[in-house]
Amino acid sequence: MASGTVRTSNSNSRPSVLVRGADALYGLGNFTVFCCKSIRSLTTEGVQRGTLLPAAYQIGVQSLPVMALTGLFIGMVLAVQSYFQFHQLGMENRMGAMINLTLVRELGPVLAATMLAGRIGSAIAAELGTMRVSEQIDAIDSMGISPLRYLVVPRVAACLLLVPALTIVADLVGVAGGYLYSSLALNIDAAQYFYNSKEYVTGFDLATGIIKSVFFGLSIGLISCYHGFHCRVGARGVGRAATASFVSAFVIILLLDLLLGIALDAIYFQLNPGGNSFL
Amino acid sequence: MIKPEETMNTAHLDEPLVQVDDLVVGFGKQFVLNGISFSLSRGQTLAIIGESGCGKTVLLKSLIGLIQPTAGCVQLAGTDISTISNHALADLRTRTGFVFQQAALFDSMTVRENINFPLSFNETDDDDIEERSHQLLTELGLDPSISDCYPGELSGGMRKRVGMARALMMRPELLLYDEPTTGLDPIVSDVINELILRTRINHFVTSIIVTHDMKTVRKTADRVMMLFPSNQLSEGENQVIFDGPPSELDRTDDRRVQQFVRGDAGDRIAVSTNANSFTNGEWK
Repeated sequence: MASGTVRTSNSNSRPSVLVRGADALYGLGNFTVFCCKSIRSLTTEGVQRGTLLPAAYQIGVQSLPVMALTGLFIGMVLAVQSYFQFHQLGMENRMGAMINLTLVRELGPVLAATMLAGRIGSAIAAELGTMRVSEQIDAIDSMGISPLRYLVVPRVAACLLLVPALTIVADLVGVAGGYLYSSLALNIDAAQYFYNSKEYVTGFDLATGIIKSVFFGLSIGLISCYHGFHCRVGARGVGRAATASFVSAFVIILLLDLLLGIALDAIYFQLNPGGNSFL
Repeated sequence: MIKPEETMNTAHLDEPLVQVDDLVVGFGKQFVLNGISFSLSRGQTLAIIGESGCGKTVLLKSLIGLIQPTAGCVQLAGTDISTISNHALADLRTRTGFVFQQAALFDSMTVRENINFPLSFNETDDDDIEERSHQLLTELGLDPSISDCYPGELSGGMRKRVGMARALMMRPELLLYDEPTTGLDPIVSDVINELILRTRINHFVTSIIVTHDMKTVRKTADRVMMLFPSNQLSEGENQVIFDGPPSELDRTDDRRVQQFVRGDAGDRIAVSTNANSFTNGEWK
């Protein structure tokens, strides 16, 4: 998170652990306030007229090709990596279950979100950062228009809606990629492949991936807008905002993946005490 | 919902439009503005001058709450901006215009979209918006055919004028200019000065101009206020070292004001006694 305190000491000297800790806490507090304000604006005032579609086009439509490509390669790589192990156990016909389960529950949402954090998160941070340093955000504010509602809310709303949608696209293309590689390159029986997938991949698994992607989308939107909004002056400031946006979003995606994984597994085992295994 | 008592009070037209009392603005341990007080009547033009870094732009931004003061009070038409809600402050800002130093035009929008922007979220009819933006472009000496150009395709002077048109779109009572002639050639600077004067007459706006340009001060301002960097002052010394009509600038005894008006480096560059000097065509 960007630090907000002004250091008056010699800028060449490295700040102490205490100062850096205080800076981090200040940044975390600032980020929390920013998130609360943005979510309140989104839920109470809604999206400003004419701002959602351009954001949705930039975030959703322009990301489609790269998401499809990401999904395709995840599916194919999973097939390549799992074949040897499954072949040794004589269970290659059940590869479909493993590939599709891993894809929809874990790798699809996480890798799609990581790709989007790099593609759209950095772009949002750089765009808003440039607007901050060139006083365009101040200009919006000076006209009595809320920059939060005009700039942040549509981007966060677009991320919230479209990151799950793009994850579904990546999942679908990944399923196709895994199947194509398995059947064409590894000669696995297509009927067995899909029968096992159908048996072991449940609606809950699909929901798990989509629920995760909703949280990932919200995080990408909020983190990138925060870094853009709190960008420091100059070209270096904009560059740092874009980098910090990606790094923070990536770490938060991994953390959320772990926490949501634990929480959703707990819910799953409450609903299905016996569990379900494809081995 | 805006409470009626929170909006700009227009009942007392004879009271100052801008009233600043003991304004202090600090960033961390650094104080940029230290106890600034002044008031400005309706229709007046105030120029704020001072060295770079003395807090002129910070003062300008503090007047409409773009920068939160550490202490002190800013009143616009009798309304203390620090005590009102965000909605009321936004409402108040629609009655002010801000012309930024680099114009701060939106790069991704055309000139037309930039100028129409302040009104595009109101209930105003699209035809009325178009008519007003066309009228403002003509009034500011710009060819309306540039409406479809992007800011990156315009010269510095044109960008400043588009910025002025955008600021005038909301029919402001108070217009704030941040270094309107910086980076422009003398002729275009004079065009901007003329436009500031014309805008004041045509729209009856109260103006505050932050500038380094003494020609702008002499041509456009009724009153000039000079700030001195707060970190260079002795304890208890007033940061406003001059406040009066521009004609008094040449008559003041204050050495710091004279130095600024004449543009002398004076003793600002510390010259070492061992420094090389260029004498008779060679360095010694």
